[in-house]
Amino acid sequence: MALQDLCNFKDIFLDSIPTFSLPIGLPLSSSHSVPLPFPMSHGTTTLAFIFQGGVLAAADTRSSCSGLVACPAAQKILPIHSHLVGTTSGTSADCALWKRILARELRLYQLRHGRRLSTGGAAKLLSHMLQPFKGTELCVAATLCERSGPSLYYVCSDGTRLKGTLFSVGSGSPYAYSVLDQGVQWGLTVQEAVSIAREAVFRATYRDAYSGNCVDLYHITSKGWTRRNREDLKEEYYREKERQRQKREEGETLHDISCVHVCVSVHADSIYVWSTVQDVTML
Amino acid sequence: MEYLIGIQGPDFVLVAADNVAASSIIQMKHDYDKMFKLSEKILLLCVGEAGDTVQFAEYIQKNVQLYKMRNGYELSPAAAANFTRKNLADYLRSRTPYHVNLLLAGYDEADGPGLYYMDYLSALAKAPFAAHGYGLNRRFILNLPSFNVRLIDREGIHDLEKLTLGAK
Repeated sequence: MALQDLCNFKDIFLDSIPTFSLPIGLPLSSSHSVPLPFPMSHGTTTLAFIFQGGVLAAADTRSSCSGLVACPAAQKILPIHSHLVGTTSGTSADCALWKRILARELRLYQLRHGRRLSTGGAAKLLSHMLQPFKGTELCVAATLCERSGPSLYYVCSDGTRLKGTLFSVGSGSPYAYSVLDQGVQWGLTVQEAVSIAREAVFRATYRDAYSGNCVDLYHITSKGWTRRNREDLKEEYYREKERQRQKREEGETLHDISCVHVCVSVHADSIYVWSTVQDVTML
Repeated sequence: MEYLIGIQGPDFVLVAADNVAASSIIQMKHDYDKMFKLSEKILLLCVGEAGDTVQFAEYIQKNVQLYKMRNGYELSPAAAANFTRKNLADYLRSRTPYHVNLLLAGYDEADGPGLYYMDYLSALAKAPFAAHGYGLNRRFILNLPSFNVRLIDREGIHDLEKLTLGAK
């Protein structure tokens, strides 16, 4: 993801060349058994969390392809059956394919055994099916709510399978995590949860170049999943600007000298900085 | 970095593993358990490449349980350690080697407590104390927030208080 490249993060397992010499021909890491044609990244923001009202899943809708927006209205949350929804991150084609395969396998299981496979089972099945394809850059976060209670699993093509209450996947996930870690708790109402999820995706799209356009929200309860109308984040951006403008008009006074307030305003092509010491600096 | 620590005492083995499951720069989970129970008195601690750890550890776990079902008695810690090492070695020169580092801790009625150190090149050593992941040539960041600590003795596996740093 973008932040990972910025920090020059190197995973020790993916690029490890040990300092001592090994016999030639010894495979060092199984994840390079299939060579990648070109480096792939997860240009997206998806998130899901559990709260008292079920499970909420949200994702942006920008599909990017080597620096340009291939589709501004992609669908990154794919329903698998009436009580299971999966978010996707990575290559869209791989994700869509594997979700369909998972849907097929779950339906077959249901027909053969007369009951639905649990989330943990579905996540395990997906993780096993992906195991021979360790080279592909597919990353999914499967979410499910069942009669016994909501559960959330994160499954990745590198083999990770984690059970948890809050996950965010993709290049915009660090930004989304910052909002979610602050606001998500068990006792949220549905409205509050929806607004936090929307805010998290909005913040991520604000900073991450590979996420943007609209936000999809799915709410899963014991009765099944419901999908909210797709919301354009451009509206959210303008609403926020409006709120800030109103707050400023209501009179934000700069306080005493002990605390320094700095107001930054962008005007045309120059930036003005005001501080409490009353000098105007232009950058 | 992921840490495993094992210490063998006169009649017990103490093991600790950190609780973080990370994916590149993000900590995805803060309460992840890296210990796999092979039998009533054997624990396998496993760290390494993302999917390989769970895959390999569960494979060993199920096979040890299968042995018990077939034969009526459990594998001893020494036998389980050698079985694990053999599997690592067999896969090492295949197209899909498992990149995992392991500690196996167990208590045997006849031999007493035992701690076995295994690494991804299928080395096996019985040691009085052992650790994985001290970040020798890579990282110096410890996943300090919390460690799971367990004790194995004559009576079986006991959970000790989780070690946490600071207020949680």
